[in-house]
Amino acid sequence: MTRTIEFRDALREAMSEEMRRDQRVFLMGEEVAEYNGAYKVSRGMLDEFGPRRVIDTPISESGFAGLGIGAAMMGLRPIIEFMSWSFSLVAADPILNNAPKMLYMSGGQVGCPIVYRGNDGAGGQLGSTHSWCVEALYSNVPGVKIAIPHTPYDAKGLLKTAIRDEDPVFFLESERLLSVTGEVPEEEYTVPFGQAKIVRPGKDCTVVSFGRPVYFCLDAAEELAKEGIDCEVIDGRTIRPLDIDTIVASVKNTNYCVVVDQSWSFASPGSEIAAQVHQHCFDDLDNYVGRVHSDDVPAPYAQNLEQEMLPNARKITEAVRAVTYNA
Amino acid sequence: MPVKTVYETSIEHVSILDEHGKFDAKLGEGLIPDEDVVKLYEHMSVCRHYDEVAFKLQRSGRMGTYPQNMGQEAASLGAAYALQKDDWFVTCYRENAGLFWHGLPMEHVLLHWMGDERGNEIPEGCYCTPLAIPIGTQMLHAAGLAWAAKYNGENRIACTFFGDGATSEGDFHEAANFAANLDLPVVFVCQNNSWAISVPTKIQCSAPTVAQRGIAYGMPCVQVDGNDLFAMVKVIRDAAVRARDEKRPTFIEAVTYRLGDHTTADDARRYRDADEVEMWKKRDPLIRLRLFLDERKLWTTKKEEALQASAKEIVSAVVKRAEEIAEPTTNDIFDHTFAEIPPNLRVQRSTLRTHSLGQDPSPLRDTQAASAPTR
Ligand SMILES: Cc1ncc(C[n+]2csc(CCOP(=O)(O)OP(=O)(O)O)c2C)c(N)n1
Ligand SMILES: [Mg+2]
Repeated sequence: MTRTIEFRDALREAMSEEMRRDQRVFLMGEEVAEYNGAYKVSRGMLDEFGPRRVIDTPISESGFAGLGIGAAMMGLRPIIEFMSWSFSLVAADPILNNAPKMLYMSGGQVGCPIVYRGNDGAGGQLGSTHSWCVEALYSNVPGVKIAIPHTPYDAKGLLKTAIRDEDPVFFLESERLLSVTGEVPEEEYTVPFGQAKIVRPGKDCTVVSFGRPVYFCLDAAEELAKEGIDCEVIDGRTIRPLDIDTIVASVKNTNYCVVVDQSWSFASPGSEIAAQVHQHCFDDLDNYVGRVHSDDVPAPYAQNLEQEMLPNARKITEAVRAVTYNA
Repeated sequence: MPVKTVYETSIEHVSILDEHGKFDAKLGEGLIPDEDVVKLYEHMSVCRHYDEVAFKLQRSGRMGTYPQNMGQEAASLGAAYALQKDDWFVTCYRENAGLFWHGLPMEHVLLHWMGDERGNEIPEGCYCTPLAIPIGTQMLHAAGLAWAAKYNGENRIACTFFGDGATSEGDFHEAANFAANLDLPVVFVCQNNSWAISVPTKIQCSAPTVAQRGIAYGMPCVQVDGNDLFAMVKVIRDAAVRARDEKRPTFIEAVTYRLGDHTTADDARRYRDADEVEMWKKRDPLIRLRLFLDERKLWTTKKEEALQASAKEIVSAVVKRAEEIAEPTTNDIFDHTFAEIPPNLRVQRSTLRTHSLGQDPSPLRDTQAASAPTR
């Protein structure tokens, strides 16, 4: 049986189910308890689990990010919520320099099974310091797993996997998607890491993306279909691990590829995927791998500019046309 | 004696004009000349009206989000009045009254919350900084500004504002430590308004006062009635002298209250008692200032009517100015990422496409290279 629920409810169900299943799991962050979460993701969780397991913190990102690491080293399973991933930057040392290296530095003795989660990407006119797409910056670090769902179904399934994972997982949600609804089974399920999903099959051009921009890719694909260009849209679902096999198989079929990544282009998931596709599909490609990113500037505050700066259906359409012109 | 006390301290609370209008003449007489009290009252009234109008603009869809300042005007205004015009005023988002007194044009704050970067542009000769959205970051910048002033041999000081919640960030502790250890002319003002969104101050600070947080760093600390303009002027003056003449920082806890919601995206009724709000409404900084003026026969109902009318005019002119500014163009984002725009950004500016899309940038480069930066 499936029902239609909001993205935020899917996240909450994943956390609540895992907390019922496993006493070691707890949720900590700013406003997560009494206020039910700044974006109402943890609604009702304090009532069910009490203040021992749903914990409001001071405004101390570095503090609770680091405290979570200690707890994880003791065998607990912290879920640490950042109100926004933009604010995780003040906790850079714990999340990048401690959590992902604990296992390595202890010679495999002490791992760090922790989930950091929160809103990533432009929330809509929040200004440059509050609109970070952290995927490029953080996916550079070995030892980190990064999940970035675009549907409620994937959000729930991937978050459950994240909570059960033995390694640190950065779980990137989008404020703009929290109210999106979708079908989610009532039965227990998980979505494994490292398995991309073909969200729209097509034969002319492979379009790879993650998170919110997947919707823009689907819009662009509709538009391009009218011109006779049939796009295959792939949602990577996790950036690390990256399911390059699914992408490569698709490109071998379509011979064209465009990567859409909302982070900046320089040293990003987009550039990594393009490089890997060039390597694995060199003889299959009929053109270079196109890429659509945010423009190389801080996120603008003004609405008209923010939309222009981010990947959007127009940019994707143009990119697909540009690479497939010789088809 | 094996155990002895090596350090003892106490925290003073300063209050001059209380909520009933009772004035402590010993501390307060001569602190602010009567004509200035009138001007400050007028300014505060205009700011209050501004706040109400901003709230309505948001509700009617003409502004994104807005953090109301209502009830907290005295803290920053008292400070701005006590400081010199070329002192740094390093604020957060509940210091409108002080910022406007210090010289920031009123439309800038509206422009900012309407979603326009240009609201952060600081006019020549106005010593304030762009709004810090990540909580707490501005305190270290204030320490740096003060350090640079000292380095340059200037007599300027930095006064920085932040909330009770912000004192939980590492930045606060590092800024305080630097300021004290490097003998920096900084005045730290914590506006303790009881709440950080829905989180009460006790979750941020387990000590009986926030003020005593400064003690650990070796700086003088004081708690002040933040809704009392006179007390604010006094403590800031004392701190400013210490900063300017002795190059020593001070930590001030201004006890105040956020009468409105955290921002227009919040509904504070969900987490705080109506009784608490009612109690603080009586402690409104504006009410007691009016009682003071009445007591001294410095004010009349007629003057009040005229003031309300002019506040309306001033604020609607400000709104008009803010709304009439033309939408920013793409140049605005590309021109200010680097001191000089690099070639790849020139291409992106003219095409609004990332270079990685693959079109040949060379013909575009030439047309753009010739044109001078627009702003
Ligand atoms: C680093 C960081 N973490 C979290 C936030 C979200 N946030 C915005 S305002 C706020 C509360 C601030 O409380 P306080 O410092 O007491 O100031 P007040 O709003 O009460 O004036 C929080 C948590 C943020 N902007 N930056
Ligand atoms: Mg506060």
